[in-house]
Amino acid sequence: MAERTIRLAHGSGGVLTRQLLREQVLRHFTSPLLAPLADSATLVVHGGPIAFTTDSYVVDPIFFPGGDIGKLAVFGTVNDLAVSGAIPRFISCSLILEEGLPEADLAAILSSMRDAADAAQVEVVTGDTKVVQRGKADKVFINTAGIGITPRKGPTPDAEMQAGDAVVVSGPLGDHGAAILACREGLNLESSLKSDCAPVTAAAQAVLKNAERVSFLRDVTRGGLATILNEAVADSALGVALIEEAIPIRAEVRSICELLGLDPLYLACEGRVAAIVDAESADNVVRALREATGEPQCCVIGSVSAQYKGRVVGETPFGTHRLIQMLSGEQLPRIC
Amino acid sequence: MRYVDEFRSAPLVKAMSARIAELSERLSRPVRFMEVCGGHTMAIHRFGIPALLPSQVELLSGPGCPVCVTPTAYIDRAIELGRQPGVMLTTFGDLFRVPGGEQSLEVAAGRGVDVRVVYSPRDALRMAGENPDRQVIFLAVGFETTAPTTAATVVEAKATGVSNFRVLSGHKTMPRALRALTEAPEVAIDGFILPGHVSTIIGAGPYAFLAEELGLACCIAGFEPADVLQSILSLVEQCVEDRPRVDNRYGRAVRAEGNPKACEAIARVFEPCDAQWRGIGMVPASGLDLRDEWKAFRVPPPDAALASPESGRCRCGEVLRGIIKPPQCPLFGTRCTPDTPVGPCMVSSEGACGAFFRYSS
Amino acid sequence: MCWAIPLQLTEVTGDTGKVNVGGAVREVGLQLVEDPKVGDYVLVHAGFAIQKLDEKEAQETLRLWQEIAEKMEAEGEIR
Repeated sequence: MAERTIRLAHGSGGVLTRQLLREQVLRHFTSPLLAPLADSATLVVHGGPIAFTTDSYVVDPIFFPGGDIGKLAVFGTVNDLAVSGAIPRFISCSLILEEGLPEADLAAILSSMRDAADAAQVEVVTGDTKVVQRGKADKVFINTAGIGITPRKGPTPDAEMQAGDAVVVSGPLGDHGAAILACREGLNLESSLKSDCAPVTAAAQAVLKNAERVSFLRDVTRGGLATILNEAVADSALGVALIEEAIPIRAEVRSICELLGLDPLYLACEGRVAAIVDAESADNVVRALREATGEPQCCVIGSVSAQYKGRVVGETPFGTHRLIQMLSGEQLPRIC
Repeated sequence: MRYVDEFRSAPLVKAMSARIAELSERLSRPVRFMEVCGGHTMAIHRFGIPALLPSQVELLSGPGCPVCVTPTAYIDRAIELGRQPGVMLTTFGDLFRVPGGEQSLEVAAGRGVDVRVVYSPRDALRMAGENPDRQVIFLAVGFETTAPTTAATVVEAKATGVSNFRVLSGHKTMPRALRALTEAPEVAIDGFILPGHVSTIIGAGPYAFLAEELGLACCIAGFEPADVLQSILSLVEQCVEDRPRVDNRYGRAVRAEGNPKACEAIARVFEPCDAQWRGIGMVPASGLDLRDEWKAFRVPPPDAALASPESGRCRCGEVLRGIIKPPQCPLFGTRCTPDTPVGPCMVSSEGACGAFFRYSS
Repeated sequence: MCWAIPLQLTEVTGDTGKVNVGGAVREVGLQLVEDPKVGDYVLVHAGFAIQKLDEKEAQETLRLWQEIAEKMEAEGEIR
């Protein structure tokens, strides 16, 4: 029997749409708030200001070692909420499906999203499904919006940055970017690397609750550590000095980068945070991060410096330094 | 990583730096050494080497980045081919964003040309095998380090009966370009840091004329910080003793005779042709084109006599010849940045301007 | 133009082999080197081994450098 695929009719609002919603969406997303399939979900929230975010996910390939586009879509949005100090609670899920997508692939993605939502302790409460003609979308695009509650009087990462503050990361960098790269056509790499795709709620809370001052807290996504740290100090009188040898990177990620001429500081992660905290709290924060994440390679990698205004600089072991610029364009494998 | 970490040891690097400073006291005047390899350009900026040198020693960046010296006509030809029905272009990542006469491969890809980035010409050959209904054209740029890999791939293509794989050769060879550089009156160089991996293939012999005829200090260098400093140390020694020669301080990878098997592969598939070097001009017999025997795999390259016009106030040519340093170009960092490159030196992180912008400015 | 890195051969099958990339594996062409063997370290460029690394030469280089380092330290030159 031929495999069942998504048809344009699945998105037209009629019988096939309802069938898709029953057989696929409601089978995986079981929140009572979603079940009525009403035009909106009504949420009652207490506890503090609402954090609200949205992101779209277009990753290719849609299934990769350590995850898939669905898992990414849930954790990515959860993480944007978490790093602003909020506790993530509700997610919307909008799907744009390309005609011809195997139904089994959709089921796998939704199942993955359900597992991710459970792990992140969030509910999928509303959503939408559209189908476009073959060729007008690349298999599946997902948009998720998220709502979180920022506990009243809870710590938030908006203190003023000061010279001497410590830069901390919650684990080895670049796993996600390297895992995706290893799958790319034309590179022919057999690798057991997995994406680090994970919720960072516990990590974010570990930072916020164990530091006196948190002036920066972000998940290290597109553009890598280099890009987000540059964003932290752009237009500032302060800069960041990183101790290159202290930055945790797995041997395989490092080697793949060496082979292809790439810099791991620009590779995306999907489950790591970088934070800037007061120096006195750094040890406590690292300890709390290790406990919260189970990841031993949480560590301090540098400090805020008045010497490098608006820049991120890497200090080599020989006492020299080099600029670490923001990523420009996509990193491509080189032979030169 | 083995063969890497040991050569990055901080104590060794510091010792080398101190030794260079000590020896440089005996120089009768300041010296200028040019590196001609993108890998060296990058290593020098990436590890902050200039800060480890005394003021008497100045480093210049030369035409060591093969995509930087690829003429606009080559890129335009590639795009023209890519527009033909059924054609799939395959390219190294390095060339993807280099601007041609009007656009880069990247922009052309956005407008519908099928361009795939590959890490190896063998990957391109594999794509030809997997897509028998497409005409796969491989954009073969690079110096003697890369030419043998293209040659071996063409041989494999013939042996396996692949008929939809062709090569547009933009390969160039270094020694004649080095001679052309030294003939330019504006460039005052005392010595060359010679390209480590080109030398892996061609050995030390082809550079002999630089020391014997032109009295220039030369040293074949590896790419770790200690390697680069080692070589600068050798060059300073040669200048102090006034004994120019071709020294090899990358013995673990470079033999005096090079790699004969790789040289044979080049000679079997390619023959010398005239080549246009962006920024330098036409250098006779400095390019490689496929021999007649392999014409089934050949796309004729553009005419080498075609000059490569630079756009507007771009001064890549002078940067490539070491006449000016990147910040001296009026477009550097303003109109010309890695995101919006005007000339080729800015595109690649190992072009002189790209390396400077990314690591030093 | 020289991005090549030293990697160890883990498999040799005629004209092709595999190298260990920190745990990942990549196929390489071996047509350009003489008598490659499993365990050899090779310089890999654009998916091909372009030279075998000479262990003795590497050790010799490191030894020479160490000599310089010791000399400079003895002279009190390293700050």
